[in-house]
Amino acid sequence: MSKLFPKSANKLPLQIVIYVGVLAGIATAGVTYYMTPKYTRVGYAPVQPVPFSHAQHVQEVGLDCRYCHSNVDKSGHSNVPAAQTCMNCHGTIKPNSPALAVVRESFEKNTPVPWVWIHKTPDFAFFNHAIHVNRGISCVECHGPVNQMETVTHMQPLSMAFCLDCHRDPAPRLRAPGDVYNLDSRTLADQGRADEAQNYIHDWKLMPPQSCSGCHR
Amino acid sequence: MRNVYLITAFVCVAVVSLLGLRGTRFTAPPLDVFPEWAFPSMEFQPRPKPQGASRFFADGQADRRPVQHTVARGMLRDDDHLFLGRDSAGEFARGFPAAITVDPEFLQHGRERYAIYCAPCHSEVGDGNGITKRYGMGATPSYHDERLRTMPEGEIYNTITNGKNTMMPYADKLAPAERWAVVAYVRALQRAQMGKPADVTDAAARQTLGLP
Ligand code: HEC
Ligand code: HEC
Ligand code: HEC
Ligand code: HEC
Ligand code: HEC
Ligand code: HEC
Repeated sequence: MSKLFPKSANKLPLQIVIYVGVLAGIATAGVTYYMTPKYTRVGYAPVQPVPFSHAQHVQEVGLDCRYCHSNVDKSGHSNVPAAQTCMNCHGTIKPNSPALAVVRESFEKNTPVPWVWIHKTPDFAFFNHAIHVNRGISCVECHGPVNQMETVTHMQPLSMAFCLDCHRDPAPRLRAPGDVYNLDSRTLADQGRADEAQNYIHDWKLMPPQSCSGCHR
Repeated sequence: MRNVYLITAFVCVAVVSLLGLRGTRFTAPPLDVFPEWAFPSMEFQPRPKPQGASRFFADGQADRRPVQHTVARGMLRDDDHLFLGRDSAGEFARGFPAAITVDPEFLQHGRERYAIYCAPCHSEVGDGNGITKRYGMGATPSYHDERLRTMPEGEIYNTITNGKNTMMPYADKLAPAERWAVVAYVRALQRAQMGKPADVTDAAARQTLGLP
């Protein structure tokens, strides 16, 4: 009987407890690393039906974001442009480029271009573009340097923690109203104009919601 | 026990090499950690979204056009001068509609909109040498010839609203009042090109320009 459990078995319960602790630690680390939007979303760059390059159109041609996303400063939804917007130029510029075949087809048939939607908030959270961009929050804060992208890539987690980080203290991330669409510009705080940012907060009466009903309405 | 730890370490290495690090680029749709079928939530609500898809309407789009011969509240467009740029006789109207006051703020707004929507082709000064000319948009005219300078305001408004030949309409991007702001700024550009030394009245400005 005495040989059934070796002496070392006495230590087993303790070892199991330690191991379970280690395992729980690993699992927690894995979940926080892999199951949050910082991992699941950041880096998402779907293949679009048209190889449209923001870098070319914004930096080379010098278009303003609002030429295409024309509702971003007027409504909650920032529209992706219809085919006609592209045809304004591409009726004449590169009218036969094979890269633009999908755009021409949808312009003729009056159907939408099947762009893949990249940034999405769940339906239980409310988001509004106009209220942010008209108050000195630049696209780059939430979308990253789109003006340098060949393919649009999801750069920020857009999770609740991300939204709240700014809502608790928007001052260091404000830009002058004229700089909002210039994604290479620096924030007022970075330019050493932090007091100006404080003035905007005061004059505009900025009070980003931190209570649940502000965003979950 | 050592083996157990070795196996655990191996599993960790395997998981990390399979899932990769944060911020790597990928093209497959993002993983939903709490998928709808397992954790029913309010993440996807059956409401139409702007520019969204719809399985209900035959054309597959959630965006609807107003039903023909109907007018939404507050959308009645009964002022021909304001909305069509035409006077009571149906001709292109001269001058600005009564509903609009042209003041510096209005012009400033027009300037901003002009820079976004018109300058790529017509250039900042309106001479038709915008950046797109370099890429083959050859036909963009200058605002500074006699025909365009004497053109009624209503006709410029109409060009913005309905386009003209190779220029497509900008009605989807500019609301009627904004179009009038752009018209006002086009007029300002035209006036600026016709400026004469006698127009400068400010003494300090005359000095910088070297005028007597
Ligand atoms: C010439 C037109 C054009 C201009 C100018 C433009 N965009 Fe876009 N944008 C598009 C099109 C078309 C798409 C959809 C295809 C894609 O994602 O590449 C898009 C997609 C996007 C998306 C991703 C939308 C999604 O699906 O979630 C963001 C963010 C964006 N643009 C930001 C910007 C910003 C910021 C600027 C200004 C620096 C800008 N865009 C200028 C045409 C334009
Ligand atoms: C203001 C004018 C303008 C608008 C509006 C515009 N583009 Fe362009 N696009 C250009 C210019 C200029 C080029 C560069 C052409 C060249 O390199 O010769 C270009 C190049 C391209 C190319 C590369 C074509 C090739 O064969 O290399 C694609 C694709 C393209 N655009 C897609 C789009 C799409 C999609 C839209 C609508 C969302 C759009 N563009 C709107 C001016 C414009
Ligand atoms: C405060 C953060 C924030 C700022 C600033 C911001 N966006 Fe967005 N953007 C978002 C979020 C969140 C979504 C997803 C919205 C949704 O699911 O409806 C989004 C989605 C989009 C889309 C996809 C269409 C849509 O509305 O769902 C486009 C295009 C876009 N943004 C362009 C822009 C442009 C251009 C600017 C700058 C002028 C900008 N955004 C500034 C957070 C922001
Ligand atoms: C970089 C800073 C910043 C980020 C990031 C940001 N916000 Fe905001 N948000 C603001 C500011 C500033 C205001 C206040 C605007 C005002 O009071 O005029 C605001 C206001 C709002 C409002 C109030 C709108 C209203 O109608 O009163 C909502 C809702 C909101 N944000 C949602 C979000 C969501 C959802 C996100 C995350 C996707 C987000 N915000 C990310 C700065 C930010
Ligand atoms: C600044 C806007 C904002 C405020 C304020 C806010 N939330 Fe959120 N919340 C969000 C956004 C955006 C998401 C979606 C995040 C995502 O997609 O990962 C979210 C997600 C959630 C979720 C996750 C739901 C799920 O199924 O994943 C819960 C729970 C939640 N919020 C509860 C709250 C509570 C409780 C409060 C008040 C203390 C609150 N929120 C305040 C913006 C906000
Ligand atoms: C994509 C390039 C492009 C853009 C952007 C553009 N135009 Fe034009 N525009 C043209 C071209 C090309 C013509 C010459 C049309 C023709 O063949 O008669 C033209 C002609 C005109 C004319 C003269 C019409 C006539 O009767 O001869 C006016 C006025 C005008 N544009 C105003 C505007 C205004 C205002 C805007 C901004 C809202 C604008 N355009 C934006 C390309 C453009």
